[in-house]
Amino acid sequence: MEVQFVLNKKQVKVDVGPDAVLLNVLRELGCKSVKCGCETTNCGLCTVWIDGKSRLSCSVLAVSVGGHEITTLEGVEEEAAEFGRFLAEEGAEQCGFCSPGFIMNVLAMVRELEDPGIEEIKEYLAGNLCRCTGYMGQMRAIEKYLAYRKEARG
Amino acid sequence: MFTISNYVKAKTLEEAYELNQARSSRVMGGMMWMRLGNARIKTLIDLSGLGLDRIEETDNVIRIGAMCTLRQLEQCDALKRLFGDGVAESVRHIVGVQFRNQATVGGSIYGRFGFSDVLTAFLAMDTFVELYNGGTVRLSDFVNRKQDKDLLLSVIVRKGKRQFRYESIRQTQTDFPVLACATVTGIVHGQETWYFSIGARPMKAALLEKKWEIPRDASEEMIREYAQEVAASFTYGTNMRGSAEYRQHLAEVLVRREISSILAEER
Repeated sequence: MEVQFVLNKKQVKVDVGPDAVLLNVLRELGCKSVKCGCETTNCGLCTVWIDGKSRLSCSVLAVSVGGHEITTLEGVEEEAAEFGRFLAEEGAEQCGFCSPGFIMNVLAMVRELEDPGIEEIKEYLAGNLCRCTGYMGQMRAIEKYLAYRKEARG
Repeated sequence: MFTISNYVKAKTLEEAYELNQARSSRVMGGMMWMRLGNARIKTLIDLSGLGLDRIEETDNVIRIGAMCTLRQLEQCDALKRLFGDGVAESVRHIVGVQFRNQATVGGSIYGRFGFSDVLTAFLAMDTFVELYNGGTVRLSDFVNRKQDKDLLLSVIVRKGKRQFRYESIRQTQTDFPVLACATVTGIVHGQETWYFSIGARPMKAALLEKKWEIPRDASEEMIREYAQEVAASFTYGTNMRGSAEYRQHLAEVLVRREISSILAEER
């Protein structure tokens, strides 16, 4: 079936099977940041934005996104790199496999929540699993990133 | 692995209903659960183009379209005004924001899943489901019906001055509940009435109604006795998350906390 959608601000047209999941289609389109980590709709690695909202691309049928706007990490590269520096400075990363999905949800969070507290942050990011770390470095990175954004906005 | 031969984004409810009459047709909700199964689906019917993704408030009811997401429930001001933070509490532990941006209310209720927090919460309220062919039926009746080929269009909650509390126990954050419990109270036909819904027993949620007048200054001991009676009125099962005995204990504790919390607010 032919489906057309906007991927990272560019119109794309693909031919997909009715049971193709968006995750695989996005990878075939070159967005290798999008990964499957759990097979149980639980880990958040496959997080992309559909019309600006964080979603699990492993559970979205590609045929159902016709006319919608998809954003992957490749579409917000500069912003992702900026937050990535905070992660690196805190030594938050080990294998880095979960980072793209995590970063996408952090960037969704800063768009949705104003000045979130620690508990709000933890709740927003509870669906992003990291099996190397204990999330402490990530939390420090987020707090510093939020403070930096606040200052940058004056 | 599940397979789909044909995907149809329905243009009308009638089309969706007709397509769904075939044995191998399925209606798609958020695809969170169906994808994990092994169904061989001939026609998958997508209801997302039919305006079922809105929450509408009238003078008497709140009507939640079947394609509303759990995140919409969590953030709904009308439900918050009526029931406080309980509705958000009932869904906020479900996996993550991404999941709740996708899982639908209709899918959760239609599936009548044992693990369902959403079903447990709505069952305790004055709730109806609107079906395409079957009319509007009480959720407490719908929950015990066999799955059929009708379409669930909306979940309708009647307004009324009710207190609502929701609690669940999970072994880890974002996991399925070991036990989920909702308590609602209000004046029904001039009489104080309590509703208790317990889900993840691990069987699907069931409802208990009691015409109890619990004094606002009831002692902890008295509340414990009420909670014991409630917990003993349900059946429980054993699975990898907990034994039947453990679940009954949890039910008693959660019901006690919920009754106490309601009484404390009304004191």
